[in-house]
Amino acid sequence: MKKRIVILGGGTGGTMAANRLRRRLDVDEAEIVVIDRDDAHVYQPGLLFVPFGLSRVEDIVRPRWEQLRDDIVFHEAEAEAVWLERNEVLLSDGAVLPYDVLIIATGVRLVPQETEGLTAEGWNERVFTFYTPDGAEQLQRALDWFDGGRIVVNLIDMPIKCPIAPLEFAFLADWYFRERRIRERVELLFATPLDGAFTKPVASERLAGLLEAKGIDLVTEFNVGEVDGGGRKLIAYDGRELDFDLLVTVPLHSGAPYVERSPGLGDALGFVPTDLQTLQTNAASNVFALGDATDLPTSKAGSVTHFEGEILTENVVRLLTGDELERGYDGHANCFIETGFDKALLIDFNYDTEPLPGHFPGTLGLPLLRESRLNHIGKLMFQWVYWHALLPGREIPGIGPSMPLSGKQRANV
Amino acid sequence: VTKEDEMTTLLTADAVVVERDAEGFVLRPEQWNETIAEGIARENGGSGLTDRHWLVVRFMRERYLTTGSAPSIRSLGKESGVPIKELYQLFPKGPAKLAAKIGGIPKPRGCI
Repeated sequence: MKKRIVILGGGTGGTMAANRLRRRLDVDEAEIVVIDRDDAHVYQPGLLFVPFGLSRVEDIVRPRWEQLRDDIVFHEAEAEAVWLERNEVLLSDGAVLPYDVLIIATGVRLVPQETEGLTAEGWNERVFTFYTPDGAEQLQRALDWFDGGRIVVNLIDMPIKCPIAPLEFAFLADWYFRERRIRERVELLFATPLDGAFTKPVASERLAGLLEAKGIDLVTEFNVGEVDGGGRKLIAYDGRELDFDLLVTVPLHSGAPYVERSPGLGDALGFVPTDLQTLQTNAASNVFALGDATDLPTSKAGSVTHFEGEILTENVVRLLTGDELERGYDGHANCFIETGFDKALLIDFNYDTEPLPGHFPGTLGLPLLRESRLNHIGKLMFQWVYWHALLPGREIPGIGPSMPLSGKQRANV
Repeated sequence: VTKEDEMTTLLTADAVVVERDAEGFVLRPEQWNETIAEGIARENGGSGLTDRHWLVVRFMRERYLTTGSAPSIRSLGKESGVPIKELYQLFPKGPAKLAAKIGGIPKPRGCI
């Protein structure tokens, strides 16, 4: 009998999963339906470049349906709730969609309203985020006019998408004001709730060194309790205050609203508890999740979603054929870290191995944890790879879901 | 301070040696008891644990023992019944970290 696979979310994870599954399963074997609330697929890594005039929003947005293979149904509607016991999804247009397999790929949403004062006075005037297309464009105009003062770059709390992006923003801001020859009039400060520049020890140390070299002050363990846009200050829960002329922050993230409205599906923050290795959710054996929507202890990033997608596809097929699931995902993640002046770093890690220096994917590959032009070119090329190889679900030779250890240097303990 | 000194151990009334890491987190949660909790709280500048402290500490510990990971400060604020502002009054600086330390569970891994 023909099965129906419903995929909630037509972003990075949903699109890749749909395309990969369409290639694996015949049209008379399975119907594949992708649901999304809009038809704008944003290449999210591109948002970082918009505030600096290095990219425009229209260059990083494409229609969602165009990224899907033939014989995949795209339906524009918002999911209202998942009824796990009935294997049905309720949609905002009133439709009820039964499924044999459900894939949760609705990513995260920003919840700036959860931080006191963040969306009050000064929001999009001197308090910005570049994590939305609109916010990135508004910030671009503000930076254009900025001719001196203190800029605080901040993330309110983890988890956030692309946890390295706020640091990249700080690096690029240093470059941007040097290009404009007013760097000496701009004080740059990076304020994070973490106890270092980044989450993982070796990378954190190197990145802290880069901040210092670029003259960017680092303030750690700063947990924002309140944003006072009128008084131009950030107030931490422990009472510390930071003045700013311009604040660039990353608001808190939560899962999609329907997750919270679906009993048994998500946790308190709306993320979906998911098996670390199989990508099956804890909620039901025929419900899978990937990408930013999960609660997995790895980065919320496109590379993670890509590696997860390979295992997820395999396991959906195995579930349909009654085979045992593959425990294949190891938490593999990698990302380029743009550091300005046409250079970038690359980090590669998984659940157990933190980012280490060396080369990727083998000893002759791109340098890891070290600034290089090659990595910057890699970062720029990646947008092409994203639209033309990752989303269509083509394999990239030499880059698999498991993290390679060859080429990595173990720290001398 | 040498590395040796940082590897602190704590002796309880029952003469059980509790193994801890360099930052003072209990390595084996089953070695923990309430006397140890009070001791760790004192070590970190606390003066006696109130019912509100215990509510948070027990919530953290139970969550860790059932799910294998300690909740973040945000979920603590949403689920423990103690608002984040109060959490910072009860456990100054880092509530999730300090409550985990007092509750005898490993340092919360935070996020990646």
